[in-house]
Amino acid sequence: MHELGIVFYIIRDVKKAAEENSVAHISAVVMNIGEVSTVIPEYLQDVWRWAADKEEILMGAELRCNIIPAVNWCDDCKTEYSAVEHGRTCPSCGSGNTWLLRGNEVEIKEIIVE
Amino acid sequence: MDQVKVIEIKKSVFDDNNKDADRLRAELKSRGVYLLNLMSSPGSGKTTTLIQLLSRIKDKLRVAVMEADIDSDVDAVKIKNATGVESIQLHTGGMCHLDAEMTRQGLDNVSLDSLDLVILENVGNLVCPAEFDTGSCRNAMILSVPEGHDKPLKYPLMFSVCDLVVINKIDVMPYFDFDLDKCREYVKMRNSNATVIPICAKTGEGVDALADWILEEVRNWKNS
Repeated sequence: MHELGIVFYIIRDVKKAAEENSVAHISAVVMNIGEVSTVIPEYLQDVWRWAADKEEILMGAELRCNIIPAVNWCDDCKTEYSAVEHGRTCPSCGSGNTWLLRGNEVEIKEIIVE
Repeated sequence: MDQVKVIEIKKSVFDDNNKDADRLRAELKSRGVYLLNLMSSPGSGKTTTLIQLLSRIKDKLRVAVMEADIDSDVDAVKIKNATGVESIQLHTGGMCHLDAEMTRQGLDNVSLDSLDLVILENVGNLVCPAEFDTGSCRNAMILSVPEGHDKPLKYPLMFSVCDLVVINKIDVMPYFDFDLDKCREYVKMRNSNATVIPICAKTGEGVDALADWILEEVRNWKNS
């Protein structure tokens, strides 16, 4: 359900960027969505269509989501590993001294204007 | 030929809110008001806990409550009737969380300059409220026994942003497979600095410790 709130934030930010760049119509918005960001891209798409079509500048604009895989870093053996597969425990050395390197993004990458 | 232009933005959706929340925190600091953001699942006993807590602290500091819900004002009315404490209702208009701007609008409607503490009861939800910084000084959450001791594993973000985890309904622990030690261990995995306080809001057990925690927090906030 928080996808709706997030879409409102996206719309506000891209409208501002469009204004700064004197853009009259945006044809697509490209997002980077981390695998463990808790944002579900399908839900985001659903509410995007509903909310974007209410804005003249975004009418019909597509939302593209790049999924960023979640990667943890182990401070002990200095390696990266899949956070979703192994969780907090490093599969190489068994250490719990690990943290999320990437995969938490909810980021507007770019807008495309045609 | 169609010309395609790509304008790079590279900006986190949460950036603006995070900055706004930092501004709000600084304003609260300069006015000497402590804001606590209280989160939990629906039905964990937030309102009952607040009523118990308020009756213990309302004579020691000046406090108001902001109740955030998607709809209705049952909680605000309940708090006011039970404790006499100033209580206002915020509606999120269908949204599942409050952000810093909505919190600020709420604060504009309480008598901020004559208060020491404002408790914000966030929307009942363990996912979305954790992502949006409200500008509070601290985040706290209530986990109730029937929800299970494994919740810190299932909702990692919520438990990593909370400085206080209140475990409510401990009177029914024998009827549920709730392991308090395991729960403490899981909370620590998410946030090694978090304080855990077990209570029973219905009987009042443990609520004194909760009151002490908040009184000390407010004192430190004002003096630091």
